[in-house]
Amino acid sequence: MNRIVDKKFLSENVFQLRVEAPLIASERKPGQFVILSLDNDFAERIPLTIADADPAEGTITLVVQKVGGTTTALSRLETGDKIVNLLGPLGRPTDIEKRGRVVAVGGGVGAAPLYPIVQALKQAGNHLTVILGARSRDLIVFEDKMRALADNLIVCTDDGSHGRKCLVTAPLKEICESEKPDLAVAIGPPIMMKFCCETTRPFGVHTVVSLNTIMVDGTGMCGGCRVTVGGQTKFVCVDGPEFDGHLVDFDNMMKRMGAYREQEQEFLHKCQLDQKIEESRPK
Amino acid sequence: MSAVYKDKTLLFEEAAAAFAALPADRSAMKAKERVAIPSQDMPHQDPDVRRHNTEEVALGYSREQAIVEAARCLQCKNAPCVKGCPVEIDIPGFVQAIADGDFLKAVGIIKTVSLLPAICGRVCPQESQCQANCTVGKSLKDVDKSVAVGRLERFVADYEREHGQIKAPAVKPETGKKVAVIGSGPAGLVVAADVRREGHHVTIFEAFHKLGGVMVYGIPEFRLPKAIVQREIDTLKEMGVEIKTNFVVGRTRKLKDLLEKDGYDAVFIGTGAGLPTFMGIEGENLVGVFSANEYLTRANLMKAYAKGKAFTPIYNSKKVAVLGGGNVAMDAARSALRLGAEEVHIVYRRTEVEMPARKEEAVNAKEEGVQFHMLQNAKRILGDEKGRVVGMECVRYELGEPDSSGRRRPVEIPNSEFVMDVDTVIVAIGNSSNPLIKQTTAELETTKWGNIVTDENQKTSLDRVYAGGDIVLGAATVILAMGEGRKAAAAINAQLA
Repeated sequence: MNRIVDKKFLSENVFQLRVEAPLIASERKPGQFVILSLDNDFAERIPLTIADADPAEGTITLVVQKVGGTTTALSRLETGDKIVNLLGPLGRPTDIEKRGRVVAVGGGVGAAPLYPIVQALKQAGNHLTVILGARSRDLIVFEDKMRALADNLIVCTDDGSHGRKCLVTAPLKEICESEKPDLAVAIGPPIMMKFCCETTRPFGVHTVVSLNTIMVDGTGMCGGCRVTVGGQTKFVCVDGPEFDGHLVDFDNMMKRMGAYREQEQEFLHKCQLDQKIEESRPK
Repeated sequence: MSAVYKDKTLLFEEAAAAFAALPADRSAMKAKERVAIPSQDMPHQDPDVRRHNTEEVALGYSREQAIVEAARCLQCKNAPCVKGCPVEIDIPGFVQAIADGDFLKAVGIIKTVSLLPAICGRVCPQESQCQANCTVGKSLKDVDKSVAVGRLERFVADYEREHGQIKAPAVKPETGKKVAVIGSGPAGLVVAADVRREGHHVTIFEAFHKLGGVMVYGIPEFRLPKAIVQREIDTLKEMGVEIKTNFVVGRTRKLKDLLEKDGYDAVFIGTGAGLPTFMGIEGENLVGVFSANEYLTRANLMKAYAKGKAFTPIYNSKKVAVLGGGNVAMDAARSALRLGAEEVHIVYRRTEVEMPARKEEAVNAKEEGVQFHMLQNAKRILGDEKGRVVGMECVRYELGEPDSSGRRRPVEIPNSEFVMDVDTVIVAIGNSSNPLIKQTTAELETTKWGNIVTDENQKTSLDRVYAGGDIVLGAATVILAMGEGRKAAAAINAQLA
């Protein structure tokens, strides 16, 4: 269980794991996530949205960006290693139905969890425009997979190293103006999701976002993941992870996501030093 | 509870003297003589030391203390203590065995009805159950002077464990029938043991990576050492109970599939009261506001107290307010002290008399330096431009007429608002039912609060599905959950017979 059957780096800090998890692979639906941790004592539990699954092979795919201690430790695991604890699939699945014209926006590694949603929306008979954006070329993931699915694919980077030189909100606005989509889906960094929502709001385009807040248990028990949606407190783990983006208080959410930033930086620094010491030891 | 702190050595010396003063033939002692025997205080770690460590606060009786305390029991014919016990342990029986020095016999008597005495001896609210009815306490007009049933229970359970005498209960020959137990808290563990004893195959499904439920994530190490919970789980493993961690029924597998596809003959749901309640006040989603569940889970299960080792961070708190007056509030407050807070305040809108926390936990908290603020409540939480807590506006209350619960209703005093200077707020006002099973099992009948509806045998509206513990009761106690587990197990065993 939970054995890594394949690992590859998609860029310097983004890697993809295919993990043996037959039950999760057969039960998971688009939009759902897993919680994992790397040992039984001192590890932390982190949520990761499922990027793909192969029920026949019994595997799920996770795309991860190295940002903190756990994702860094995860990046050091190799094919054949096991993820000690893997729980899922969690969260409510995406509502998949035929809406008509759909625009889907993926920012950075957000393209990975967007992929199964795009896949299901396509199968349901929707016309799909996919916008992928990132700071630079090497942070664009799943471009080929999306190209195979989308009716129309737009790639953009902040620095212009690939595709158009612009933010994802520029093509999103153009599409809202030209074809008034029936649904928008945006997954990526909170700031990107916030501005996508601000872009679609004047056009009245219903916009779904998938939130990836801090969680401990992922089953409703701790409430650490709570966000304000339409003035009400919601738990991302059991009420979400997807919400009507026009109702989400992103500013509050971003502040909450930064609750432990200083401690994490300090901890990560210590982890990196430990790693350097480890590497400098004579073999 | 003594007003002046006495250390373990002193208490043990006093007990040795009291033990030496007992007559050789104690069976002839008169009631008056027994009542005159000094009641035995529980030795504790020094408050100034323990507030900085996570080790257990209550240290347990010595052998002499146990025998002296047991000798106080009058062996009442009508046994009022037993009527106060949710699982009706033969209390006079096991106390007599202790008085006779036969500690293993004593623990054997308890274990015929209660599976987890080392845990219940520590966390049961005895002062409102068995000890509330004790004749000795009544004659001394002080419930704190009742025979210390809980401490005696703990003593014999610890004696059994520390002497390597725990034996896994006998398991009857395999029946080939399968039972799924969802959740590994007190209710689930009891069901697992009782059903397994009858020879049925049992699988426990637990969403966390560790077993024990609230006993592991909620109740802190300093009140219930995790090694004790682990020992009980090891016993289940020795009995051949199968354990699946990281498995959330409803999501990893539907409840229906367990019965229809995976061959389980019955399912027990013991998923607990796992959805924290918030106050619904302004500022509650600021950075630095936590549910007690989150705070305690970070501290206990995820071991955030081991700074520099644990990957799970805990908020850097200096001045902490805990809202609520229950045991969970006490646990959170005392944990905050141990994690380095300089000031910890309990804020409760009624008075200490109405506080649902066990008196001894409130006393422990005060001894450790937790400050109590009664008759006030949070009105809104104040934040800075970074969205972090910088204060809490409170309002004062007074007690009015009794409400439906018989407790005097707290009434807000107009224009009594004031601001407390805090950087962290922990909300410990209770839990509602976890929605996961309901979300994924639409046919299951629940109350409007989401609690599962059961009949008197713990059977739910679904065929072959039983439930018990907090998911049925709402937030209750370990012993009540165990009692429900026991009933459910009996019903499951009857169904499979």
